[in-house]
Amino acid sequence: MNAVLEKLSPWLFTIGLFVFWEAACRILKVDRFILPAPSDAFAAMAQHWLALLRHSYVTLWTTMAGFAIAVAFGVVLGIVVGWSKTIYRGLYPVMIGFNSIPKVAVVPILIMWFGIGEVPAILTAFLISFFPIVVNVATGLATMEPELEDVLRALGARKLDIMLKVGIPRTQPYLFGSLKIAITLAFVGTIVSETVGANAGLGYLIALAGSNFQVPLVFAALILLAVEGIAMYAFFAYVEVYFTHWAFRSSISAGK
Amino acid sequence: MTAFVDIGDVTLTYRGASGKVLALQGTTLKIGRGEFAAVVGPSGCGKSSLMRLVTGLVPPDSGEIVIFGDKVKGPVKIAGMAFQNANLLPWRKVIDNVLLPLEIVEPHRGRFRQHKQEYREQARALLATVGLDGFGDRYPWELSGGMQQRASLCRALIHQPALLMLDEPFASLDAFTREELWCVLRDLWQKIGFTVILVTHDLHEAAFLADRVHVMSARPGRIVMTKEIDLPRPRNLDICFEPRFTDIVHVLREKIAGVRKL
Repeated sequence: MNAVLEKLSPWLFTIGLFVFWEAACRILKVDRFILPAPSDAFAAMAQHWLALLRHSYVTLWTTMAGFAIAVAFGVVLGIVVGWSKTIYRGLYPVMIGFNSIPKVAVVPILIMWFGIGEVPAILTAFLISFFPIVVNVATGLATMEPELEDVLRALGARKLDIMLKVGIPRTQPYLFGSLKIAITLAFVGTIVSETVGANAGLGYLIALAGSNFQVPLVFAALILLAVEGIAMYAFFAYVEVYFTHWAFRSSISAGK
Repeated sequence: MTAFVDIGDVTLTYRGASGKVLALQGTTLKIGRGEFAAVVGPSGCGKSSLMRLVTGLVPPDSGEIVIFGDKVKGPVKIAGMAFQNANLLPWRKVIDNVLLPLEIVEPHRGRFRQHKQEYREQARALLATVGLDGFGDRYPWELSGGMQQRASLCRALIHQPALLMLDEPFASLDAFTREELWCVLRDLWQKIGFTVILVTHDLHEAAFLADRVHVMSARPGRIVMTKEIDLPRPRNLDICFEPRFTDIVHVLREKIAGVRKL
């Protein structure tokens, strides 16, 4: 009984939230231009389903494109940073500084360079999501057990051998752990960019519908955004367990 | 005695968190071929530094280390090492952990792919001698601490090193498992006949296993006493309760108590 309840609880909580929202809107008679009830949002979803689908698709693929670049770039940079203490020390402040810049501030520059369209959205998604990947990969390499390095070095192993045999495999749980964070950030990046300047995507739709006072449509788009985010997170959480099942059983894990 | 490992008047400093630390000063130690040597001493006396020196991982500031007639200039490649933590790679099966050194060290490195089956047989045989028959295809985290340490010994020995360096390998095990592994190590050594340097702070362990026990002083470490353990071989665990054994342990203990006070 308890196990069943535990399995169902995510659904129960989600449904409960919508029920609460609906009830609050009806009882308090909230104007639908201020906060539409879920029923209004779902009605808008049914009415504009084609447009929503098209814009969702744009947001999804630009996010995935930006995320893919972030993974490739983040892994390479993470390995470079984790390779030596000198590079680590030199690059870290620069990266922290870069990460501190709000990406909203960068979007106008990207639009200036690449024009209105998908490119700034892809790049914003990339810029906002590569950082946790770099940090995690570098951490995975930097926390290698010194004794193990000694064992291999005493046998004449070169740095490259140690990286290939120990460092990089060991980094996997850190990498896959960071992907869950990175994908959600990538969504934020895409939406920010689409809101500031684009001609497609959920962010663009939200901005457009908002300026036309189609508030239920705004909320319909927001709900879809949340669904996309949950789906991607769940996908990478599954990937993490699938590829690094050993990490959940041993002392090394990304959470440590 | 022509020494197999000859540590001559070695000094070593390293950079610690609070400036330079003098780890070893004027350390001299000779170990014969096939000998089982134990190094004991108070904690923080530079025993582990000695290990890293002998395997060529760090160069001494002065003095020199000669192994089998050759001065140590870099990683020696003829040594196997095992530490207090088994340090097995959790993504590799036990047998692939044992095989790891062969993927690194020449001449096995070049032959590894073609002769994989042959090497796997060797690894399986070695695992069987330490009582891990049939555990090769398990993952390290499926094994107990003692079993992991047995696998770690196999990894240290798979490339048939002439020298085995052990840094408190049994320190994290419970007393019964530890005694079991003493016997595993004793049997391996008697069967294969490599040279051993065992760093430990367990005097019973040192006295039971070693031909000679070297006592180190507190930092900066140097050898202040060398004690021959003239107990007959093969030794079994019962010997630990005989007066001549406890006498030896007593002597070692007094010496260490003395150097700790200094």
